[in-house]
Amino acid sequence: MTDLVVLPILIPLIAGAVSLVAWRSMVAQRWISIIGTGALLLVSIRLLFAVWDHGILAVTLGDWPAPFGIPLVADLLGAIMVLLAGIMGFAVALYSLATVSRGHERFGYYPLMHILLSGVCGAFLTGDIFNLYVWFEVMLVASFALLTLGGERAQMEGAIKYVTLNLVSSMIFLSAVGIVYGAVGTLNMADLAYKLDQIEDTGVVTVLAMLFMISFGIKAAAFPLFFWLPASYHTPQVAVSALFAGLLTKVGVYALFRFFTLIFDQDVGYTHNILLVAAGLTMITGVLGAAAQFEFRRILSFHIVSQIGYMIMGLALYTPLAIVGGVFYIVHHIIVKTNLFLVSGVAYQLTGSYELKHLGGLYRQAPGLSVLFLIPALSLAGLPPLSGFFGKFMLVRAGLEVESYLIVATALVVGLLTLFSMVKIWGEAFWKAEPEGAYQPNVNAVASGTRWRLPLLYVPIIGLALLTVSIGIGVQPVYELSLDAAEQLLDSSHYIEAVLGEVP
Amino acid sequence: MESVMAYIVGGLYAAAIYLMLRRSIVKLVIGLVILSNAANLLLFTASGMTRGIPPLIPEGMARPEGIVADPLPQALILTAIVIGFGVLAFAVVLIYKAYDVVREDDLDNMKDTDT
Repeated sequence: MTDLVVLPILIPLIAGAVSLVAWRSMVAQRWISIIGTGALLLVSIRLLFAVWDHGILAVTLGDWPAPFGIPLVADLLGAIMVLLAGIMGFAVALYSLATVSRGHERFGYYPLMHILLSGVCGAFLTGDIFNLYVWFEVMLVASFALLTLGGERAQMEGAIKYVTLNLVSSMIFLSAVGIVYGAVGTLNMADLAYKLDQIEDTGVVTVLAMLFMISFGIKAAAFPLFFWLPASYHTPQVAVSALFAGLLTKVGVYALFRFFTLIFDQDVGYTHNILLVAAGLTMITGVLGAAAQFEFRRILSFHIVSQIGYMIMGLALYTPLAIVGGVFYIVHHIIVKTNLFLVSGVAYQLTGSYELKHLGGLYRQAPGLSVLFLIPALSLAGLPPLSGFFGKFMLVRAGLEVESYLIVATALVVGLLTLFSMVKIWGEAFWKAEPEGAYQPNVNAVASGTRWRLPLLYVPIIGLALLTVSIGIGVQPVYELSLDAAEQLLDSSHYIEAVLGEVP
Repeated sequence: MESVMAYIVGGLYAAAIYLMLRRSIVKLVIGLVILSNAANLLLFTASGMTRGIPPLIPEGMARPEGIVADPLPQALILTAIVIGFGVLAFAVVLIYKAYDVVREDDLDNMKDTDT
């Protein structure tokens, strides 16, 4: 049982190491990437069921007893996130087979992808804040290399901003870890949850909460710390964009959820109010930024920012229903957003451009793709019966229950503007006639001999679209899962008991 | 000793932020180097400084005699230094490559991807 908690970290790590050994053989690396991510997916499904059946699973590494050793803890939120990482990893690995060019493959695309997944899963499962810092760095270094793979001008410019702001965030995190250790002498999350409550000087605790909030806010791309995201996410290979869009910012959101339910719940009136304001502004700036863009992936990047606002809104309202809505929204968002990026990649393969003014006539050229675009796009905007509707519905209802009408109004207006952006893409890329004056498609993108790959591109897109639809239609199981996850988050005694053995 | 270190750490943070606000990408990376060292020193200082008493348990005893230095922050800093070193090696290569591609040291001329 406890192996299940370690395996999601070990499998991608081993897959990465083995693909490094097979550096020269692309065929071997491709097979390893499919097998590795497939195994990760299977293990993450089993982990989720194990956690749902048996409650929180905790392992202490090296058999050092809890507050001293590093624990790996899988509670429901962590297990859900690992499962999503598994799904996205598998989908993107399939998609990579068809899109990633040989040049990128030769410079270690697959090993980096595995190490990124390992870092992401590690961050979801660790129960120690310094260990969390280490997993963040594992994930970041892999993402730096993936982002710059190819070395084009836009990538370099984007990467400098991405690297700088993420390193600043890590340093703030590290400083905060140092101060926490100085203040209470422990780094174990469960132990901290208990010990920080005992500190009489709540000022110190609030200062620490702010440091963590800024650090994770940068990683989650919350207002006003999001500027690195739209500057960089549209520059790398589309498979990389899709993986980043699905997972990286959500690690920051996950950390916010973990810290501001388990550890920093002393002064909710103060800290969560700041989160609420940030959430509202994140939604608005993201969606308005997207409205001003005319490049497929840039529009989607700005929408990541605006959607992050909804998740943080769930955390900030801090009622049971709001947390359920937040968790549900994370699940929905990761699936939908990755899918939209994958669709943009197919559009690029067909036309050779991401610029809306060069796109057009896709509805005639690929009617199936148009349907596959509409499903996640309308889900993102929150139209029933797709998954996004239920996420927004829970959040709005939670907002109405605590009478925060301003944030509810913001959420609804932003939903409408999201629809506007999606319709803009639909109208420009799919509906309008192919632009005159024959834009010369990028030769690399539609080189002869890559046409056979197109069916392979559709497999993950169809799979993720089906997932979106089935979450929308069969919402009950996912709702119950989110409900249980939220219960565990709000009652931290479960977590503390699972890690420390007893509640002190 | 702690108060002296506090000023040093503060000075390093200030220097790092000043350098990072300059427009040159070389100064940006130097700023990052200093920032990472400042964070390590902060970790070292905040967890308490004990002079010259190694945390070793004498033979035949279950626990060390008297107050010893806490080994954990040193382990943390060691990890952080190694990670920081790797990341900074990447950052140096990145700015070299960026300069190679963009032919520009000025961040103000690197905003093609911003708007």
